[in-house]
Amino acid sequence: MQSVIVNNLSKSYGKKKEIKAVKEISFEVSKGELFGIIGPDGAGKTSLFRMLTTLLLPDAGNAAVDGSDVVKNYKDIRKKVGYMPGRFSLYQDLSVEENLNFFATIFNTTVQHNYDLIKDIYVQIEPFKTRKAGKLSGGMKQKLALSCALIHRPVVLFLDEPTTGVDAVSRKEFWEMLKHLKQQGITILVSTPYMDEAGLCDRIGLMQQGKILSVGTPAEITGAFKETILGVKSNNMYQLLKDLNANDEVEDAYSFGEYHHTVMKPNFNKETLQQYLEQKGNKELVIQNTQPTVEDSFMQLMKQ
Amino acid sequence: MKQFLSFVKKEFFHIWRDKQTLFILLGMPIVQITIFGFALTNEVKNAEIAILDQSKDAATTQLISEIRASQYFTVSAFLNSPNDIAETFKQNKAKIILVLPASFNSDLKHLNKAQVQLIADASDPNTATTLINYATAIITDYQKNINKTSQIPMVINTQVRMLYNPQLKGAYSFVPGVMAMVLMLVCTMMTAITIVREKEIGTMEVMLVSPVQPLKIVVAKAVPYLLLSIVNIISILLLSVFVLDVPINGSIVLLMGESILFTITCLSFGLLISSLTGSQQTAMFIALTGMFLPTIMLSGFMFPVENMPLPLRLISNIVPSRWFYQIVRAVMIKGLGIEGVWKQTLILIAMTLFLLTLAVKKFKIRLE
Ligand SMILES: Nc1ncnc2c1ncn2[C@@H]1O[C@H](COP(=O)(O)OP(=O)(O)O)[C@@H](O)[C@H]1O
Ligand SMILES: [Mg+2]
Repeated sequence: MQSVIVNNLSKSYGKKKEIKAVKEISFEVSKGELFGIIGPDGAGKTSLFRMLTTLLLPDAGNAAVDGSDVVKNYKDIRKKVGYMPGRFSLYQDLSVEENLNFFATIFNTTVQHNYDLIKDIYVQIEPFKTRKAGKLSGGMKQKLALSCALIHRPVVLFLDEPTTGVDAVSRKEFWEMLKHLKQQGITILVSTPYMDEAGLCDRIGLMQQGKILSVGTPAEITGAFKETILGVKSNNMYQLLKDLNANDEVEDAYSFGEYHHTVMKPNFNKETLQQYLEQKGNKELVIQNTQPTVEDSFMQLMKQ
Repeated sequence: MKQFLSFVKKEFFHIWRDKQTLFILLGMPIVQITIFGFALTNEVKNAEIAILDQSKDAATTQLISEIRASQYFTVSAFLNSPNDIAETFKQNKAKIILVLPASFNSDLKHLNKAQVQLIADASDPNTATTLINYATAIITDYQKNINKTSQIPMVINTQVRMLYNPQLKGAYSFVPGVMAMVLMLVCTMMTAITIVREKEIGTMEVMLVSPVQPLKIVVAKAVPYLLLSIVNIISILLLSVFVLDVPINGSIVLLMGESILFTITCLSFGLLISSLTGSQQTAMFIALTGMFLPTIMLSGFMFPVENMPLPLRLISNIVPSRWFYQIVRAVMIKGLGIEGVWKQTLILIAMTLFLLTLAVKKFKIRLE
């Protein structure tokens, strides 16, 4: 059985439903999968998650979580999913321990009962258990929020942008924790604006302006990228980008780390490109073949 | 039940840890009673009065002894010359000075009329007004007394004239008024705000995605404020009995019961507001315009309902504090039992049930 089934789901806001946040989305997530919804701000990730967690009613389409319809059986879903909203949503004036105990009671369970599930995460914040949640660092808040979302051993876990605004080290740790949870058989849906986190998911859906552009494993998504990408750098990166985009053989060029990723048209010639760039006055030129990344796929899908 | 208790416990933590708000909530009745007590109560006891007696005859002695006998005044000094007046006020030796002219007795005897002058320290206008009124009353009494024994009516002209609003009205009416206001502020506004705050900070979102019945969430929010209000009711009653000398003439149990009923009315209104609004500002605004203003303007506390134009009189009927105000006055001051307030009690119960039902119906089980 699929853990999450989304079928032509749509959501609009505003009096006249003029803001279309989610447009006829369909995808499925298997049991035990770590599924990433990747998309920039305003893509509609939060709206999608809120519909799946029964917080918002869809305008059209339907969705089921662990076999329960998000509209008709919303009460069932509320018992068995875990949800961590994008904003830190715990009580800042309660201590770490009090927050955890509170969320355990509202799910009719106790911290002891499911301690094994959160143990790995909780031990890291346990030394601060009497500290007020508002006084924790970003990374620790996130661990506490995750512990609270897990305390009732949910079958599906929804994490809305859990790593936004968290430092790089904590982000890495967080994905490690998700891997562990996956091994416990929990289906995890996670949304993120960071493309570099795509590779850490089993499968991803690329989302943009309310639509899912593509769904697949990271390898499938990058594998669908047929054109050649060259990584190009020189002593004057700004001028270089202009020159690249002005070239007839270049499909698209954009900065990517210390290189400019340059998508080439078919039948291009590397030497001709090099001569052209040198002629334009670029020095210390490096041109090398590069593997497409999820971000490259995303850039391409967005242009279509 | 365990769930519910843990909600209540959490709510107490919120209130207890926000010391500033707690202080305001518990201090409010005391401050309000004090403010209203001094601003509105016209009862002043043992105020210092200085007397400049330029006549020193049988008539003035008689008048002075009557002032002495009054519980309102203590004669603090006798002045020798008009030049001492300013100094007396400066040194705070008296709040009011009575000036009896040298010709007092002879004027009274020969012209059948005499003049006295009352000078009050107007830096505290309320007290000044009150004291002048007391002194005038004593002088009028004195005049009546001497007229009993004389054939020709004698007139004493007092130089200060003031319109007076009957002595005890202020003190007796503001205690029920303050009670209505404090309960309304604590219950309506605070419940509305705390629930809406959970929406704003996002915790409501997390709680909705849980098996808790939404009703439990909101009722648990109301419980601590109910307890807090009981503390406030008790402190208002203690203050009025022991500080303001406003007695509780009726049954305390009935008074407490009615106050708790009104508290629940206010809580229900707060819950309703929280169900309908999404921001703390809006909630506060609605609580203020929906409860606070009507409580002040239309409950009869500041302005008598009977004197209002018909439309306002009709509107005042749906203001819960109007009925509560009547109940408290009846029980506390007139000493009536339930037979005297059953009608108002039924109206409050009906209003509460209506508000509560609506609040539960309107509670949003989703985010929109
Ligand atoms: N409550 C709302 N009312 C109106 N517009 C909204 C609301 N929530 C989201 N939107 C709009 O819907 C779009 C998608 O938002 P959201 O689902 O929050 O995307 P994301 O989480 O990917 O940033 C955005 O354009 C946003 O402005
Ligand atoms: Mg979002």
